[in-house]
Formats: sequence, C-alpha cells, structure tokens
Amino acid sequence: MNFSEVFKQTNQLCKVSPDGKYLATCVQYRLVVRDVSTLQILQLYTCLDQISHMDWSSDSLFILCAMYKRGLVQVWSLEQPDWHCKIDEGSIGLVSSRWSPDGRHILNTTEFHLRVTVWSLCTKAVSYIKYPKACQKGIDFSKDGCYLALAERRDCKDYVSVFVCDDWHLLRHFETETQDLAGLEWSPNGCVLAVWDSCLEYKVLLYSLDGRLLSQYSAYEWSLGIKSVTWSPSSQFLAIGSYDEKVRILNHITWKKITQFDHPVTINSTKAVVYKESKYEICPLPVQLPVVKPDPDRANPKIGVSSLAFSSDSRYLATKNDNMASVVWVWDMQRMNLEAVLEQTSAVRCFQWDPRRPRLALCTANTKLYLWSPSGCVSVQVPTEGGFQVHSLSWHCSGDSLILIGKEQLCLCFMDTDEEDK
Amino acid sequence: MPESSLVKDTCSISAECRTSPLRQFSQSSLPLHRNYVLSTFCTEHNVQACLSHINQEMSSLCLPPLWKESAGSSELNVVAVLNCMYDLIQLQRRGMRALENLEVEHLRSSSNVDFLQLASTQLKEQLELSKRENTGLLEKERQLQLKVKSLQNCLKNEKEEVQKLQNIIASRATQYNHEMKRKEREFNKLRERLNQLLVDKRDKKHAIDMLNNIGRADGKRSLWKTEKTEAKHEGEMYKTLLSDYDTRQRELVLENAELRKVLQQMKKDMVFILSSRERNQKEDQREAGCIQTDSEDEEEVFDSSKESVDLYCAHAREKLTNSIRLQWRRLKSHVERLDSQASFAQMSESKDSAAVPQETHEEEMDRLKLEIQRCKDFIQTQQLLLQQLNSPCEEETTSLLSDCYVSQGKERLREEWKTLEEQRQIFERERRNFTEAAIRLSLERKSFEEDRASWLKHQFLNLSPFADTKKPLMSKSKSAFLISAESEVSEVLSPEKLIRSPSDTTSPTHRCLSFTSPSSDDLFHTLRLVSENSSTRPKTKTERVEESKILRNGNDPVQHEWWNHRREHSKHTLTQEMNGSVTSQQLLSSESGFM
Repeated sequence: MNFSEVFKQTNQLCKVSPDGKYLATCVQYRLVVRDVSTLQILQLYTCLDQISHMDWSSDSLFILCAMYKRGLVQVWSLEQPDWHCKIDEGSIGLVSSRWSPDGRHILNTTEFHLRVTVWSLCTKAVSYIKYPKACQKGIDFSKDGCYLALAERRDCKDYVSVFVCDDWHLLRHFETETQDLAGLEWSPNGCVLAVWDSCLEYKVLLYSLDGRLLSQYSAYEWSLGIKSVTWSPSSQFLAIGSYDEKVRILNHITWKKITQFDHPVTINSTKAVVYKESKYEICPLPVQLPVVKPDPDRANPKIGVSSLAFSSDSRYLATKNDNMASVVWVWDMQRMNLEAVLEQTSAVRCFQWDPRRPRLALCTANTKLYLWSPSGCVSVQVPTEGGFQVHSLSWHCSGDSLILIGKEQLCLCFMDTDEEDK
Repeated sequence: MPESSLVKDTCSISAECRTSPLRQFSQSSLPLHRNYVLSTFCTEHNVQACLSHINQEMSSLCLPPLWKESAGSSELNVVAVLNCMYDLIQLQRRGMRALENLEVEHLRSSSNVDFLQLASTQLKEQLELSKRENTGLLEKERQLQLKVKSLQNCLKNEKEEVQKLQNIIASRATQYNHEMKRKEREFNKLRERLNQLLVDKRDKKHAIDMLNNIGRADGKRSLWKTEKTEAKHEGEMYKTLLSDYDTRQRELVLENAELRKVLQQMKKDMVFILSSRERNQKEDQREAGCIQTDSEDEEEVFDSSKESVDLYCAHAREKLTNSIRLQWRRLKSHVERLDSQASFAQMSESKDSAAVPQETHEEEMDRLKLEIQRCKDFIQTQQLLLQQLNSPCEEETTSLLSDCYVSQGKERLREEWKTLEEQRQIFERERRNFTEAAIRLSLERKSFEEDRASWLKHQFLNLSPFADTKKPLMSKSKSAFLISAESEVSEVLSPEKLIRSPSDTTSPTHRCLSFTSPSSDDLFHTLRLVSENSSTRPKTKTERVEESKILRNGNDPVQHEWWNHRREHSKHTLTQEMNGSVTSQQLLSSESGFM
C-alpha cells in the first residue's frame, strides 16, 4: 500500500473522473485537475466564488462548479481549457446543481425549490420543471441514463414525474400513496422505482417504469420508520434501514420481506467474527457493544440504521446503526446471516465498498484507514506528518486506489494488487 | 326447727342411697297413702327385739327413744310412741316434700340438659355452615386476588404501552415541530426574499453565457419534440420493461428446471431407498404400501420417460410435488421406525426380537468379512503374479515355469499364425481365382460375342462365293497350329490337373489350350471346366447351352470345325500376349480384313 503526499482541498470536494484518469479537487475558488497516476497538475481553473459543489460530466470532458451563494454555475472543459460557460440563475437563487447523464445538460434547483431549470449546453435552451419537492432525495437518474424520476408536491399531494433524458419529454406523471415523500431511487436495472415516505410513516412503494404500482411494504405503524434505503447492484434486493435498529430485505420477485437483520447490543451464538480495534483481535462471543442512547427530545434521533451499502457482487451488505456508531456490521446475503462485526474505537464516519471486489474501506476520523475483506481485517496508519484525519473516503473506479479526504486535505492510497490481509 | 335440721340430716345421711331408696320409698309411699299394707316386722314374739330395734332406729334418727329400759315394764309409753309417730310422720312429710322438690329440680335440670343439647347441636350445625361459608369466601378471595394480580399486570402493560405511545407521540411531535420550524424558517426566508425582490428593482434575470455550443455526447442531431418521438419513447420504455421481464422469466425458468431436476433426483433416491428396504423387509410388511411403491416405481419410471416439457403443466407439477411429499412421509416414517427399532434393540439386548436382526446383522457381517478375505487373497495372488511378471526371475522353477509358459504361448501363437497364414493364402488364391475367372469370363463373353457375330457374318457370307477360298486357308494354318498345340496341351493337361489347388499361377493360356479339344464332348468338358473355374455359373450355362445349340444346329461339319476353329481363335486372341505368334495375328488381321 502506497500513500501519496497530502494535497489541499476545501469543502471535501475531490472527485475522480468517471473514466478514472483524472482527479479534480477544489481549493477555495480554484479547480485543480490532476492525473490520477502521477498526480501532476494538468489543468487549473479559477471560478468566480468559493465553490460549493463540483462534479464531472459522464464523459469525463467537462466539470461543473456551482457557487450557491452567488447563484452561479461555471462549466470547464478539459479538452479546451479556453472554453468557458457560466450559468447565472439570477435572483431566483441556487440550491443544488447537477449534470444530466448525457453530460450536456445541467439541472439547477432554485432556492426554495421553486423550480428545476434544465440548461442545455448544446443549444443554450432552457426547460423548467415546476413544483419539485424539497426532500432527502427528490431527483434520481436511472443507471442507463435514459430516465429521470422527480418528486413533486402539489396541493399537499406527492407526485412522481418520469422524464426521458433525451429531450426532457414527460413520460409519466402519477400520484404516490405517500404522506410525505422522502426519497426515490431507481433500481439498477432501471425498471423499478422505489419511493419511500418520511420517517413519520413506514412505507415503501414500488412503481414500475410505466407508473404502475407493483407493491407496497410497511413493517409497522406509528414509531419512526425508514431511515435509509438502498438497492443491491443486481436489483434482486431492496434493503430498508429503519429507526427500530433493523434492516429489512425485500426480494424483487414478490416484493415481500425475506429476512431482517437485527443489531442487538449483545452478540452471541452466531458464526460471525467480531473484530475489535486497537489490535484487531478476534473476540470470543458473547460480545457487548457500546451503545449511546439518543436524546429523546430531539428530532431525527441518532438511533436506527442510517447507512447501508451492498458490495458490488451483491454478496455482502454493510450497515451502521446510529446507536452504536462505532460498529460496522457486515452481513452475508447468500446465507442471510451476520458475517462480521467491526468494532472501532470511535464513531465510523464513512465506509465504502471496493467497486471491483468484496473489500470494505472505513474511516473513523482518526489517522487510520481500515479495510475488511472476507479473509480478514487490517488497519493502516496513514503516514503523513502533522496527522491527517480521514473524514471520508472514496474508491477509484478501478478499485486500485482510495481517495482519503480529511478536513482540509486529501491523500491518495494506492493498493497493491492481490493484497494479503490478516 | 329441729325437725327441719333433722330432715336435713336425714337427707344428708340418705344422700348416698339417693335415688333408688327414695324412689322406692316414694313409690312405696304412694301405696302407703292409698293402701295400707300390714307390715310383718313385729310379731307377738319379737316385741322386745322390735322395741329395742325401734329404739335404736329412733336414736339413730336423733329422736327421743320410745321407752327406757330402766322402766322394766314392757309397757309402751303411749305418749312417747305417739310423739315418735308424729315425729316420724313429720319426718316423712318433710322427706316427701324434699323428694318432690328434688324431683322438680331433676325435671328442671333434665329439661335444661335437653334444651342445652338441642342448642349445642344447633350451634354445631351453624358452625359447620359458617365454616363452609368461610372456605367459600376464602376461595372467592383467592380468585379475586388472582384477578387483581392479572388486572395489575394488564394495567402495567397498558401503562407501558401508553408510555410507549406517549414516547412515540412525543417523538412525532418533536419531529413535527422540527419540520414546522424548518418550514417556518423557509417561509420567513421566502418572505424576506419576496420583500427584497419587490423593493429591490434590480431584478437579475437568469442567463447562460457560453463561448460556443458544444456538440451532443452521441454526436447525433437533436430532434424536435413530436408525437412520433413521444411514441418512440413510449415504445422504448415498454421495450426495456419487456426485456427485463424476459430475462427474469428466463432466469426463473432455469431455476425452476434445476429445482425440478433436484426434486426428481430426490424422488428417485427416496423411491430407491424405500424399495430396496422394502424388498428386504417384504416378509414383515405386506401392506398396501408395497403395492403403492411398485405403482410409484412404475409411475416414476413413467415420469422419467416423459420429457421435462410435460412437467410445465400445473397438473404434472402437482403430481410431482405430491409424490415427493408422499415419498418423504414414507421415508420419514421409515426412519422413525428404524430409530424406534434401534432404541428398542438398545434397550432389550437379551430379547430374541432384538437378537434376530442382530443375528442377521452378524451373518451379514461374517459373509462380508469372508468376502473381504477372499478378495484380499485374490488381490495378493494377483500381486504376486504381477511381481513375478515384472521382476527378474530368481528361482529356477519360476524361470522354467515362465519359459514354459512363454514357449507354450509361443507355440500356440505360431500355430495360430500358421493357420491364419494358410487361411490368408487360401483366401488370396481364391480371390485371385475369382478375379481371373471374372476377367476370363468377360473376355470369353466378348470373344464369344465376336465369334457369334463373325459366325453370323460367315453364315451370311457362306452364301457368297468368296467364303470357300478363305476357309481352307484358315483351316490349314489352323490345323497345323492346332496339332502342334494339341501335343503341347496333352503334355501340359495332366500335370495341370494335379497341381491345380496350390498354385494359382497357371496362366490362362494353359487353360485355354486345354480347351482346344476338337470333339464336342471335349468341348463340353472344357466348357464345364470353364464353368467350374468361373464364378458366374449361370452365364456359362447359358453359353454352353447356346453353344451346344449352335453345335447341334450346326449341320455342316465344316461349320462345326470352323466353329471350333473360331473358338480356338477366340482363345488365341485371349492368349495374344503369351504366344505372340504371327499366325494368330495373321488370323486376326485376316479376320479383320474379312470383317
């Protein structure tokens, strides 16, 4: 494992291009593009204000930099550094900005979610989408980039609009049976749209691409409901993490629950391996996990399963229960039971699966990087002077390197091929 | 009064013999009152004794005595006696009164006792009743206490649930409040912004400033939004959905097929196990189940013969699942039986019923052991032999033996080889014969045809004047040649016949020469020879017949001769190469010229 030197960044804006060749970072109002393998600076762009959001286009040719305070979006070209593009939303303000899947349109959400403006970089044409919903996840593009699902709210009712990304033609518009739609997500095969309600009501609705309601699932009433939802990459499973500290798995054939994963405080009588940090020794069961009781008077309590992630082969599911924020649970989807429990010394900030193989990287805002794979667990100290605290991480699309992002710094970690773990 | 004291004393004295003498006295007093019974106490003889006795009695009763002995006269003091009597009567009256009183008292007390007894029984009954009531009440109290406990539990549960619901309500309330606050903040921001916008005239319009338009990602031109494109989008959407359903269905079909295969396999295994087991235990269980398994076997065989396509229909699927369930149940019951048998056997080792299977077990074991031993021995011998074969022989006997074996084998092989060789040679010879005969036959046929043709021509030409001039020439030369040939033939013929079989190298010339006998018999003979040697018998027969016919029909001996000559000539044409004689060639050329 090799570590690169440390570079500066602001706002945790560091992204690798989709083709894996370039790394773009933002430093204040500058955009720096480097080559991933040599980390040499290839391009340097200067924006008009501090960059709030930065993203690559899907063909890795353009980068958008959004400055929310100023309501500006600037687009830079990698091939032609002299080319410039500036989108000014004017007085209507800007809350979020994103690329369309074809890399030629930019969707800006105005302040107060008054509308979504679709700017075309091919024709300078503008389209508007009214009444977008301000929720956790109101916009989702399908994986093949053909369709856009947008949550809307009119007259105190929730709707979903499906647009064809080719020409922004409204394909379907239907009302959803939700009280307060919190999010929507396409299945990886692009045929099913999962829509879920806010935490006040546990409800997941599954709609087909043509707007038919396929199924509805609700585990219980009254108590706080869904906290997180994710699809498995094979589209076979839908994992729902809820405030009752459980993860429920639905299958794609009957849309019924096939299993549920509990996160108990005491672990015993399982075949799972429990790794405790400090030495990453394997603990014998039973194991007692540290629990932090959330404040009952506060909204959005720190309880329940907030993070879910499937490995790329859909074999493993990693979960984090906010009660036990320093513990990451790894479940085996083939055998439908607990595979491993990773107990860290402090709260886990971020974990992500290797896009190529079943390897999980996690960080806990200290100077270490932790890796888990079915063969074992390893913790690596990031060798930097001045202490580099890893706040978040992201894998390179090839799975050969990791980008470690700290508060004001970033560092690259290059993996050896066929790394042998403990 | 002294009388009363006396009465008391008497009462006290007579207290010991209370009841009966009193009763007797009272009883006897009654008749005293009613009927005076003369007492026979005193008679004329025992007056003094009676007097003294009475005095004693008086004194004992503390009464003044009747008479004093000192008086000396037996005269009774009448006054004293009267007083005594009066005293006695008083005493008696008092006694009677006391008796009456006592009787009254007694009656009273007995009635009291009765009354008390009654009261006590009543009280006892009441006590019983109250005791029963008490137990009943205790029971009720216990039940009520239980009820109270359960109600308390319920209450606790309800309280807990209420608490939970309150918590939920509280959390929902906080969430609502939070959301409300957020919305309010947003609303305030909106209001401010609106104010700002209304006040602030500088309304910045949104715009895009680009150096130049960039091309589409896929390089195509963008299309207008028309109904056609909309329909196309719809179509594409449905296509994606359909393809997804297709793939899913295919996967499910594959999975289904695999599972069906597994089920079939399971069923087969189960049937096999059950049938083999039932074959062993046929004597024990003559049930309908046996028949059923047979039928099941048949069914199973029948099923396996069916193609999997048949199993796609629901009926067949149901049949399969039902049959598997049945087999599984049977297997389960069988296993349970085995278990019970095993446990039974474990429990009662000395019993016969357990010994029987054990015995059979042991027999089986012994048999298997013997078999194993036999196999081992066999393997050992084989190994030894193999060793002997592979390793160089050290012992003489073994080497001799091996030599013997080898030579024996060699001998056998040689013999076989010889026979094979002979056979091969025979086959070769025969083959060659056949081929030669075939060739000869074909050539003969050809020559025969030629002969016939020429003969017919000759016949035709016999009518012409030119024919005679040619004949003697031919016959002359022919005959000369013939004679020379004949001599050769006669020499050659006999040995020919002897060495016919082995050597196959006889040239057709000899054969042909052997045919050159002029007589018809010889001709037949030769023809027969020809027929013998050639494979196509029927043809030669017909040839023979034809030739004989011709011969018979042939009237002229000249013709006959000529015919012979013709035949010889044909033979000679066959043997051109061998003889290479000019004469034949001449003949040929003359013939050809003639033709």
